Amino acid sequence: MLSLAAVSAGYGSFQALFDVSLDVSRGEAVGVIGPNGAGKTTLMRVISGIIPMRQGTMTLEGRSIGELPAHRMVERGVAHVPENRRLFPRLSVEENLRIGAFIPAARAGFQERLAWVYDLFPRLKDRRSQVAGTMSGGEQQMCAIARALMSRPKVLLMDEPSAGLAPLVVQQVFDLVHRIRAEGLTVLIVEQNVQQVLEVVDRAYLLEVGAIKLAGTAAELKGNSFIREAYMGL
Amino acid sequence: MDIYLLEAIINGVLLGGVLALLALGLNLIFGVIDVVWIAYADIVMCGMYAIYFLDVQYGVPLPLAFLIAIVGMAGFGVLVHLLIIAPVLNSPPLNQLLATGGLLFFLQSFATLLFGTDFRNIGVRLPVLEIASMYVSFARLIAFGIALIGAVALYLFLKRSYIGTAIRAIAQDREIVGLMGIDQRRIYFVVSAIGGALAGLAACLLALQYDVHPFIGNTFGPVIFMICVLGGLGNMIGGFVASFIISQIIAIGGYYWSTELSYVFAFTLFIVMMFIRPRGLFAS
Amino acid sequence: MSWTRVAFVIGIAILIALPAVASTYFLHIAIQILIWAFIYTAWSLMGRFGFVSFGHGAFMGVGAYVPALLWTYWGVTPWLGIPLSVVAAVLLAVAVGYPCFRRRVVGHYFALVTLALSQVVLLSLNAARDVTGGSLGFTQRAVGHSWYALQFPEKVYFYAIAVLLWLGGLWVWQLIDRGIGREALEAISEDEDAAASVGIDVLRQKMRVTVISAALTAVGGAIYGQYVKYLTPDTVSGVAVSLQIVFASIAGGIYSLLGPSVGSLLTLSLTEGLRVWFGTNYIGAANTIYGVLLVLCIIFMPQGIVGTLGGLRRRGRPHAKPVAPQGTDHSLIRRPSSAAQ
Repeated sequence: MLSLAAVSAGYGSFQALFDVSLDVSRGEAVGVIGPNGAGKTTLMRVISGIIPMRQGTMTLEGRSIGELPAHRMVERGVAHVPENRRLFPRLSVEENLRIGAFIPAARAGFQERLAWVYDLFPRLKDRRSQVAGTMSGGEQQMCAIARALMSRPKVLLMDEPSAGLAPLVVQQVFDLVHRIRAEGLTVLIVEQNVQQVLEVVDRAYLLEVGAIKLAGTAAELKGNSFIREAYMGL
Repeated sequence: MDIYLLEAIINGVLLGGVLALLALGLNLIFGVIDVVWIAYADIVMCGMYAIYFLDVQYGVPLPLAFLIAIVGMAGFGVLVHLLIIAPVLNSPPLNQLLATGGLLFFLQSFATLLFGTDFRNIGVRLPVLEIASMYVSFARLIAFGIALIGAVALYLFLKRSYIGTAIRAIAQDREIVGLMGIDQRRIYFVVSAIGGALAGLAACLLALQYDVHPFIGNTFGPVIFMICVLGGLGNMIGGFVASFIISQIIAIGGYYWSTELSYVFAFTLFIVMMFIRPRGLFAS
Repeated sequence: MSWTRVAFVIGIAILIALPAVASTYFLHIAIQILIWAFIYTAWSLMGRFGFVSFGHGAFMGVGAYVPALLWTYWGVTPWLGIPLSVVAAVLLAVAVGYPCFRRRVVGHYFALVTLALSQVVLLSLNAARDVTGGSLGFTQRAVGHSWYALQFPEKVYFYAIAVLLWLGGLWVWQLIDRGIGREALEAISEDEDAAASVGIDVLRQKMRVTVISAALTAVGGAIYGQYVKYLTPDTVSGVAVSLQIVFASIAGGIYSLLGPSVGSLLTLSLTEGLRVWFGTNYIGAANTIYGVLLVLCIIFMPQGIVGTLGGLRRRGRPHAKPVAPQGTDHSLIRRPSSAAQ
């Protein structure tokens, strides 16, 4: 469904991604793991259109999306939950969700979608009028994911959803990913928490210093000795 | 209390209304696009000239002239953004200030070239009301009322509409609004148009009360800057409140001395207030 | 014998020889170019470190009017009047600068406050029209050739004064450029907090350069006033003058010694050329074109003339590249780190 081929990208004179190729099939959950500074966030930003590609191709459902700017990607069905949540701090929870449904296609069924999202995230419903910046890290993460879902995406990109969260909350977040998958969404998760993410995805890629070093099913990677030593501390 | 002082205070409040419109416009643009339109007061001047010529020269009925001015200035705002702001969006802020500064210079010179330096008035003589032995200009009262309506309309727009919420969002986090499907550039256009429209509206209200000449922007321009700094740049509510504070100072200063000296008085107090609360009275 | 040295000697020679060969008109232009170059250099003392003041019209106005008024009304010699005007300008600079610096009013806020300042000075000059003649202007009492009154019908004298003034300004610029204060000021302009944490007295440094800049600008205004003898508030103070100062300095390049002077040469030649071309036909046409060129220049040549030409050849530490982290810096010279589209 989502396909990257030989993608390179960077910031100014600094190149962050080298010849990256990956695929995500419809309904799959795929993870991208790797250390800090590997280029995982850059990868997310390239896919969602915030940063332009230098080389390579990107397609979604067969159509090229490489040159699309960020706001057009949403129309195509790609929603990105940014690193560090990035909620609009002075807007309320519901206003944040409303912004998530900005594109015309999403505005049409706004109320219905809102109800669905509140069903998935009952805690958010309780706090619908609360100013987003005053919520806890876990609640903010829920809200950020919910906001992304408001645009009725086909593919959900999640950038380090567990970052800065307490272990119990992290568990809740990943449980959520299960539920989102159950709703039929395709998910691409970028994560540092290897243990948790390998429990939730079908396949994963290892990204190191801007290039794909390993790829395989979750089971394969869980068993891989290099991964076990370097990233799971086993 | 001295009745004349009370009269001055009331006139100050009324003046504050129009100043508030301009403060809102400037703050909106700065809050979203992060650029200060130094030439904002001169855009108002253009609007006033437009009204003058439409009404006096071409006999267009005043209400229609007002409407044309507002729409025209909205378009002008978009033009300013397109031609002057957009090219320097990624430049250091100093360049942006100089660009709008250059626009100020250009507008004042061009107006001098086209219209000469005479003072012009649309000649609307609205009655002066007498309320409890105080004299209040009806024009000023109307201006205040309409300004308030404009401010409320802006508030509702920002709060309730999708685009309005998007505008508030982009002011809080510019980088990721694209992820919601919001086209940053389009929002900038909308904001520039609103800023221009507010300037056009202020032009209508000022045209009712004052003469226009090419350098009229220099009288209330600095006042608007003081207001915006006092209220906190980008802080709409802060600017709104600060408008009335400053207008009161000017009114009271004008009561005790002359209008011109009241500006000096206002500036002095402004500096003092800066000393006490440098990020503005309502730092967010 | 380096090229710079050769150029310097040639330059001085030209300057000295000019009165002998140039017409009165060209001398007149040259004097103005030199005086304004001095003022722009004075402004750049602050501007190069990111303390962008849009209010130098205030100091120039004070500098121009105070000696003129003192002389005309009370016969006070400008030799006394000018120092007094410098004191006045410095007081103004301190009165506005101290609260701003003390409480970290920087960036856009500082620009707007200084803009308001220059306009308030203009308004004050207008308001005091009984004394200053307001917008109708003020003509100094003329006494022909007099050292006491600092008036000389023969342009040569003012030319010499202007040259000395200009050279003096360059000398002060060099002093600051080579002094320890410069490193401190650059540190401050990068990151005030970091500078303070290594023991730099931020307030003192900023005040010092501001006071020097204001004082010199006032002197420039005073000499200008003595030369033209007819003053109006909007030729020596106000928003337009302040903008002019900022623009010309930037256009010439604020990081180099001669940059502001080049800016003066260019802008004055341009305005004079436009004025000559349009004559008295279309009042405002010259300025209109000037305004358009201003904006175009900002959009297409943001580095300034000298900066663009100098490029990498520039001596001294070039300003930090745009990808530098933001920190607590509110400088107007830094590019925004997260670029808007």
